[in-house]
Amino acid sequence: MNLTLKIWRQKGPNDKGQMVNYIVKDISEHMSFLEMMDVLNEQLVAKNEEPVAFDHDCREGICGMCSLHINGEAHGPDRGITTCQLHMRMFKDGETITIEPFRANAFPVIKDLVVDRTAFERIQQAGGFISVNTSGNTQDANAIPISKHAADEAMDAAACIGCGACVASCKNSSAMLFVSAKVSQYALLPQGQVEATDRVLNMVKQMDEEGFGNCTNTGACEVECPKGISLENIARMNREYLVASLKG
Amino acid sequence: MAKLDSKVPKGPIADKWTTYKDKIDLVNPANKRNIDVIVVGTGLAGGSAAATLAELGYNVKAFAYQDSPRRAHSIAAQGGINAAKNYMGDGDSNYRLFYDTVKGGDYRSREANVYRLSEVSGNIIDQCVAQGVPFARDYGGLLDNRSFGGVLVSRTFYAKGQTGQQLLLGAYSAMNRQIARGKIEMYNRHEMLDVVKVDGKARGIIARNLITGEIERHSAHAVVIATGGYGNVYFLSTNAMGSNATAAWKIHKKGAYFANPCYTQIHPTCIPRSGDYQSKLTLMSESLRNDGRIWVPKHLEDAKAIQEGKLKPTQIAEENRDYYLERRYPAFGNLVPRDVASRAAKERCDAGYGVNKTGEAVYLDFAAAFERYGTQQAKIKGIHNPSKEEIIKLGQAIIEEKYGNLFQMYEKIIAENPYETPMMIYPATHYTMGGVWVDYNLMTTVPGLYCIGEANFSDHGANRLGASALMQGLADGYFVLPYTIGDYLSDDIRTGKIPTDTPEFDEVEKEVKDRLDFFINNKGTHSVDYFHKKLGKVMWDKVGMARNEKHLKEAIDEIKEIREDFWKNVKVPGGQNEFNQELEKAGRVADFLELGELFALDALDRNESCGGHFREESVEQDGPQKGEALRNDKDYAYVSAWEYKGEPSDAVLHKEELEFKDIELKTRSYK
Repeated sequence: MNLTLKIWRQKGPNDKGQMVNYIVKDISEHMSFLEMMDVLNEQLVAKNEEPVAFDHDCREGICGMCSLHINGEAHGPDRGITTCQLHMRMFKDGETITIEPFRANAFPVIKDLVVDRTAFERIQQAGGFISVNTSGNTQDANAIPISKHAADEAMDAAACIGCGACVASCKNSSAMLFVSAKVSQYALLPQGQVEATDRVLNMVKQMDEEGFGNCTNTGACEVECPKGISLENIARMNREYLVASLKG
Repeated sequence: MAKLDSKVPKGPIADKWTTYKDKIDLVNPANKRNIDVIVVGTGLAGGSAAATLAELGYNVKAFAYQDSPRRAHSIAAQGGINAAKNYMGDGDSNYRLFYDTVKGGDYRSREANVYRLSEVSGNIIDQCVAQGVPFARDYGGLLDNRSFGGVLVSRTFYAKGQTGQQLLLGAYSAMNRQIARGKIEMYNRHEMLDVVKVDGKARGIIARNLITGEIERHSAHAVVIATGGYGNVYFLSTNAMGSNATAAWKIHKKGAYFANPCYTQIHPTCIPRSGDYQSKLTLMSESLRNDGRIWVPKHLEDAKAIQEGKLKPTQIAEENRDYYLERRYPAFGNLVPRDVASRAAKERCDAGYGVNKTGEAVYLDFAAAFERYGTQQAKIKGIHNPSKEEIIKLGQAIIEEKYGNLFQMYEKIIAENPYETPMMIYPATHYTMGGVWVDYNLMTTVPGLYCIGEANFSDHGANRLGASALMQGLADGYFVLPYTIGDYLSDDIRTGKIPTDTPEFDEVEKEVKDRLDFFINNKGTHSVDYFHKKLGKVMWDKVGMARNEKHLKEAIDEIKEIREDFWKNVKVPGGQNEFNQELEKAGRVADFLELGELFALDALDRNESCGGHFREESVEQDGPQKGEALRNDKDYAYVSAWEYKGEPSDAVLHKEELEFKDIELKTRSYK
């Protein structure tokens, strides 16, 4: 198929940036979206033009590196997948596709479609861990039984890949889904209880400092999340936060 | 060969590690504050090492080419992690895990290292649970285990189909705690481009800031390389797009021997390629072989009709199918080890029986499993005289529960419903057992330079068993390196900070900058990918699943030609002092073009078939094993450690003879 691509080009963080049109031809419907981008970049290199910069790595939907806003949706029109798992059969011959970076104040553009998501790193550093040293003397892994239900729910929350689609999809650029997934994982496990109070307070504080917006329960984040992280996590974090605030 | 001392401690194998730890030198806590360690690569091995070293009190500088340690490709590991916990009470023990690993590796690994790996495997699970890794549990609240290929016990711990992700996030959380305390300085979007030696010791690295293009000098008392494997030398592999061998290759060129490059694991169950535009291959977990049956048509005309799209697999009658693994290996059937399953698929496809339009695919069929589980379910649910449709439906529900995410992933990529038609699979490059040579301390042949995880030549011999990569990465990073490195650093407590304004740093920085300048100024005719794809094709065709002398010699010549062409005609757009992904790729491919040649040279030297390395000249001539791989312990029971001497083909071979004192050498039979 033949397609018109409208792509955001921006030389660096201080450049104003603009949409630029490109044409790609003979695209196979079996290609992944990023393979289509590879074809475009090969064309650009052949013409001595600079290829379009975009983040990607594992290309199997787990590293969380790829981050495109395609036709107004984070990770494009399909559901439950990342951009690298999106295939061209989702598009029609002759279609115009708009490709932008994830937009949020807390995610400044580095170049073209590449954004800086280190705000997520700082939130994790504020409390996204259990303070246990490596020693080889921690208690046996089976010493504390954990109900299957709690373990499964913790796993569902822990499945977050930190891509930032939730932020990009939210009209307020809120990071609540991301932060609550981590808070929930630990809140559901006995090992996470000891530091629960400090964790939720510190992570939320850092989230606010990074300039992410508030949650207004629109639910767009849940719809666009490639890993199906549930809104229930936000409710759980709100409870945790309330309890922690009362404890001080 | 004084240089190739493996430094394995004396004494009975079960006591070696404990006795050794009791006797090595330690650095006192106050002195650790004055010692810097660089860790390059922050996947499972590097991430766990960085966190642990920082907890101990060392000042750690960690480097990752992605925007976060959480993106390292360890994250893509699906199946699980082995540990000899014997929670299932099925007779597992440290010895048994050790034995399985040595046998699975076709007797080409160092016994003492493997035993230590088994010994610390249980600690890994304890540590990860304490960190909050949500492993799967049973209804009693205890940890669940499953079984993997090539073993007779259930010792694999897992977190759904995302075990690698959860373990990596565990190590990442431990790192985050240390980053917050200032004990780890994290350099994201940085790539190490060379190592700096001072007085023969590794004392720093030159790194490029991938956002600004700035070239930076970083010094330390020791350098740890944890940058993963070199599977992308094939261009197409299950590795991430950015996975590369540059750090490992650069240290090789600065004196670290490179061991067993020809040991590569080609994983049997990957989604076949669909066209020339393909950028990577996707793995489907090995666990699918528990319930899927692998087959191709028995008759060539059927295979041809399928390739042309005139026939569907479901139209081929049972008696016209060739379940070739069950036919050739009745004892293990579809669950033979990875190397055996991969070669058997290639054999059928080369003979013309492949099933998609490229002729490079075989079927993985779940129809029998639907029926088996369905019948069982009907009984459990008390459904009398269920119809065939009812049975299939019940069976499909069970398969969905077990492998739903994999079936969905397959459908997204291929656009066929694997519940209705068999999956198509084909082998793909997955893991590299070879890597930088290290001694028992995980130190390379350069003092102060360590190598851990997949990047070293590791504990897996010539073939790695499923769920053992995660185990080794975390064993190295959490429980081995943090001890052994102390023994070396105890001599450095009075050294003080290593300055970076020295001739040694000047020189290496100049080399790095010259090379980058060359790429930018070359103004050639072809993109980096053009050369990478050409290299990949030679590697796959001539240094792939089956190798012979003629093809290997051709490969060596052809890779040399591609490399020469690359240095004349490569085109890299953009500048050096900016975010430039083509420039990043150029450096990595330049290194692959050298590594590929050494790889072929090593494969040529090893005229035996062992594990993932299959030489057509070395097969059993008769008896029940006729046509199977023939290992040659008399002439080849050694680790090949190559010393760099300029051109890859000038490399000098050093041999570390392998001794087997605790395990008897046997032919691997899965018949």
